Order: sequence, then C-alpha cells, then structure tokens
Amino acid sequence: MQLIKDQQIIDNTWQYIADNEQPKTGDISVSFARWQRDKQELLAHDGRLGVRISSLDNVDELADDLDKLQLIELDFPDFADGRSFSQAWLLRGRYHYQGEIRAIGHYIPDQVFYLARVGVNAFSPKTSRELSSIINKLQDFTVNYQSSIN
Amino acid sequence: MYQYTDTDQTLVDERVAQFRRQTEQFLKGELSEDHYRALRLRNGVYIQTHAPLLRIAGPYGLLNSKQVRKLAHIARNYDKNYCHFTTRQNIQFNWPKLELIPDILAELASVQMHSIQTSGNCMRNTTSDHLAGVCVDEVEDPRPYCEIIRQWTTLHPEFDYLPRKFKIAVSGALHDRAATQFHDIGLHLVKNAEGEVGFKVIVGGGLGRTPIIGQVIKPFLEKKHLLSYLEAVLRIYNLYGRRDNKYKARIKILVKESSLAKFSALVEKEWLQLKDNNELSADRIVAMCAQFSAPAYDDHASEDQSFVQLQVENKAFSTWVKHNTAEHKIAGYRAAFVSLKAPDSPPGDMTDKQLDAVADLADAYSFGEIRATHRQNLILADIKQADLYPLWQKLTELKLATPNIGTATDMICCPGLDFCSLANAGSIGIAKEINEALDDMDYIHDIGDLKINMSGCMNGCAHQSVGHIGILGVDKKGTEWYQLTLGGSSENNAAIGERLGPAVAKDQVTKAIITILDVYIKQRLEEESFLDMVNRVGITPFKEQVYATH
Repeated sequence: MQLIKDQQIIDNTWQYIADNEQPKTGDISVSFARWQRDKQELLAHDGRLGVRISSLDNVDELADDLDKLQLIELDFPDFADGRSFSQAWLLRGRYHYQGEIRAIGHYIPDQVFYLARVGVNAFSPKTSRELSSIINKLQDFTVNYQSSIN
Repeated sequence: MYQYTDTDQTLVDERVAQFRRQTEQFLKGELSEDHYRALRLRNGVYIQTHAPLLRIAGPYGLLNSKQVRKLAHIARNYDKNYCHFTTRQNIQFNWPKLELIPDILAELASVQMHSIQTSGNCMRNTTSDHLAGVCVDEVEDPRPYCEIIRQWTTLHPEFDYLPRKFKIAVSGALHDRAATQFHDIGLHLVKNAEGEVGFKVIVGGGLGRTPIIGQVIKPFLEKKHLLSYLEAVLRIYNLYGRRDNKYKARIKILVKESSLAKFSALVEKEWLQLKDNNELSADRIVAMCAQFSAPAYDDHASEDQSFVQLQVENKAFSTWVKHNTAEHKIAGYRAAFVSLKAPDSPPGDMTDKQLDAVADLADAYSFGEIRATHRQNLILADIKQADLYPLWQKLTELKLATPNIGTATDMICCPGLDFCSLANAGSIGIAKEINEALDDMDYIHDIGDLKINMSGCMNGCAHQSVGHIGILGVDKKGTEWYQLTLGGSSENNAAIGERLGPAVAKDQVTKAIITILDVYIKQRLEEESFLDMVNRVGITPFKEQVYATH
C-alpha cells in the first residue's frame, strides 16, 4: 500500500507486528504496550523500529525512548477524537521528535491540513483513491493565525 | 472596529472554497453523512426541522452597517426575509438551501464575515460586554483581547476536535455583562495591587443540562501570557476531557470530577513549559488596541438643550430613554438599545427592511457600528444626546423601540420546537402569550428589572437556568410541559435558578408567570428588585401561590 510522506506518494516499507507475533526483520512497528514490555528484545531486531499509539496513550511516557524510534503511528479510533492532534504537538513541540509521525486509522482527509500543522508528516490512506485527495487537502490554506509546528 | 488584513481575508476566502468543495463532494455522494456533518457544523450549518440552519459569527457582537446590509441582502435572497440574533451574539438564518450556503458564505466573506466554528465541538465565537468601550465602569476595553482570541481560536489546528464545544467570554467592566462565570473560560480584566491590568481567569462554568458556576483558576494573569494560558487549558482539556459521554464532555465536568486543585495543577505544569515561548508582545497589544480606538466624538455634544426639554414634553420619549438607553463614558452621548422584543414578533428576529433601516441609522447617528447583545437585542453605542429623539422616532416607526429593555417582556428565547430539531417544546408561542398577557407597559415598568429566559429543551440555548425566571420546555409522553425556576443570575452575583416545583402544562405557563409577578408586587420591599426579593424570601411564597391555583 502506498502512502503520503512529506507531500509525496511513496511505498510503505513498514509492517505492524501484532502483540502475539514475533518481530520480523525490517521496519516494524508495535503497540505501545508491547514496546514497554519487550523493549530490549525489539531493539535487538534487525531493522528500524516504530510504535503505534492510541489516543489513550500518554506520550510523555515515550519521551525518553524517542531517539530509538524512527516512526510513531497515531492511530485514530474515530476522526472526532482530537487527542491525537495534541499527541503530535507534544511529540514535536515538547519532545522535539525528529522521526516520522504517521496518521493511521479513522482520521479523514479533511483533517490532514491541521494534522500537518501539528507535526504529522505522513498519512496512511484508507483506500488508494484517498491519496490524491490527501495531497490536495494538504494545501487547503495558505495562511494561518497561530504558530504551531508547521 | 477591527478591519481585516490580507491574511484575514485570504483565510476566510480559502475557508469558503474549502467548504464549497466539501459540500460538492457531499452532494455527489463522495463524502459520508457522518464526515460531512462534522465539517458543516464547523461552518455553522445545522440540519433543522424544516431546512438547514446557518449560524453566522458576530465577533464579540460587533457589526458595521455594511455587514448588516449584507445580512438584509441574504435574508431577502436566500431566506424568508428575516434573520435571528442569538444569545452568543451570532446571527441565524432558518431557511437557506444547503447547496447555496457556499454562495452565502462567499457573500459574507466580501464584507469580512464568516460562520467558522459557530457550531461543532470546537472553540466558538468569543463573546463580550455589549457596552465594551463606552460604559462608565470599565477597567479596560475587552475588544482588542477578544479579537486576539478570535484569531487564535480560528482554525486552531490542535483544538478543532475537542471533546465538546468550548466557549470563551471576556469582560472588561466591573459589572459583568458577559456572563463570564458561565463560560468554559471566562476572562475578566482586573487591576492588581500594583495597578497593572491583567486577567482574572475563570474556568469550568457553563449552562445547558448541568449548569455550573465557573471557578477562579488564576486570580491574575499578565496580559502577555493570555494565549499561552489558553493553550495550556485547551491542551489539558483536549487530552483529559471525557469523550465517552457527550453529556459529560464539557470542561466543567472535567474540572468538577478532578477537582479544581488537580485540574489547576495540570494546567499550571503545562503552562510553565509554554509561557516563555509564547508571549503576546506589547507591540501586538498596542496595535490591536489601535483598531478599537474611540471614534471622533463631538466635544460639544453635552451642550445640547433639546434632549432634556423633549423628555419633559414627551412622556413616551422619556420612557424610552429611561429603559432603552444606557449611560456613556463621554458626556453628551448615550448608548441606545434597538429592542428586538416587540410584542408581536419572535424574540431576536429582524426583517430585511429593519436590518437595512438600522444600518442607515447606524450610519447617520452611531459611526456606522451596530452591536448584538447576549439578550438578543441590538445597540447603537454612540448616540449624541441631540440625536436620540430623531433616532427614537425612526425606531418607533420600525417597531424597534418597545421600551422594555431589561423588563419582563425582554425575554431570551430559543427558536424552540417550531424550528429546532432538538427541542422538546415550543418557546416562541409561549413568549407571545406572555407578551399578550403583559400588555400594560406601566405594569411592566412597575415590575422593573426582570430577566425571563426560556428554552425549549435541556440544552438551554436561552440560558433559562440563569434567568430571574427560567422556563424550560420538557416533553412528557408527547406533550409539552414547562419547568419553572426562580432566582438565577448570570451577572456578578452568579446563581443557578431554583426549581419552583413540578412542571406546569403549556396552557398554565402564562398564568403561573402572572401569579409569580403578583406575589412579587404584593410582597416586595420598597425599591426591591424581583431578584433581590427571591433572594430574601426564597421560592416558598411563589410556590404556594403558583401551585395553589392549579
């Protein structure tokens, strides 16, 4: 599946490993609970690491690990759940996370402009048809009132 | 009055274009009902009983004559020749066609208006004192801060999908006319011991189903920290506010359930990490204050002799002056209310002809500015005393001079069951009935200061819980009943009304109100207002009479 990263359509190289699966070689992401439980084992695996966080997770608890992670996935349970926006802001604005922050799950393309502003730089579409829509909607506004991440 | 910069104009134009695309997508079936709903709400579009409802922002209630003429134009061309002013100083149209709303928004953008964030679970229109900048009891004009907050809240990328709606009010006067204690955040400009002006911050107030009086979270906040403090409160609310139950999702519930001390500690911790990087510069404040500088007042306004003379000669005029005008900080000027509570029209409604005419009056007499009040009237804030008589004559012709501001027939009323899909009961009909029963202006004036607020459902759009008399429509097995409360207030002495007793049937509401007023007339002390009497004697004497007759 393709996705959007830094305004470009690219191929996804990452794989999510469920909590009951063994880590695989290559770029993998795991749940926040798994990360907290199996940190050492995961760090020993061959490939890059990411963590998938839900809107209920407290990103402050991830702060000390950010230099070990190349991807953070913000998993929207519902597009109306706006906690992920603050999580993204905290990761970038407070903890200066430099890796990829990817929106996944039930966000909608009409939210990507705001998501980009709070520091999300990658978007996983629900269908490939959404790819162009997301690219377009990243350009909804050319001006803004607040300083944020972007 | 604030004038849009290129940035403001571009932002509003781009918002119109965005909503046009979203609406086209929806009408073509490419956007789901659920997703479009969230987007249209953030553009003020509700789907109501009969048609979509469009709510337009009146930023802190301030409008100019050009904007009011545009509202008249929209009423004529896209609606049924009228609009409705709300308790949030906003303007509603009840009959627009969904596919034409993007065109309406483009019309509004051409006069620096919009409907952004007038509904939905986001930061709403900031409200303020309708006498801001002209009243005699002001610490500082709140409007520059309202505009700074308006900009900060508009399209805020982090806080557009909050647990629930979020309302901010700012007051700069000693007398709180902006109900700051009943907002998610209330800001009150105050002076500290050193004589510096800053904000007292109140959090967690609100009306609706669970009315709660806000609590002071910060007794004194320096102006430069205004936005960083708001950001801290909003971030804590966004992260920790309840999302499992929409009736428990307002910040008032978070503050109540976690306690002010705990909530405040979370905010403080967040704020300390933000405050030094997000200061509001003195230059920005000065520049914004300049946008609200005083108009060119006539230094000789108070020399006019006709004003006093005409009041002596004309009782109707002097009655109007007494009830429908307010003191002004400049000698020789007064602020004049435009009463939208004529006996035979729904509270807060205005026709296209009235809108055009009031715009002309504003140009002729009040520097082209018009304000909406949170009690659903308008104000022409800067009237020279010599102009009050011709203004009164013209307002009388327009049926906008009913001398009832602050009295029993100056009711706040929601659209009720007639228009609103949430309502359980009608409200406009009851307002009309009460008006018909209270047809004697002398009696109304004898009763004096009285705030009757009436909502057609628990959502409480008409703030019934803070009415001196509150009327709440409820549904009982398919019939309309009304719950009465007494003793509410949204001003400095904030209070939530106490329930009088069981709900009364629709045909008994007016009778109950008349009974309550009779008890007041018979048992009041000299010069005692209705609210003071309720506070002195409690609800029992009223209750005995109201339920004795049933």
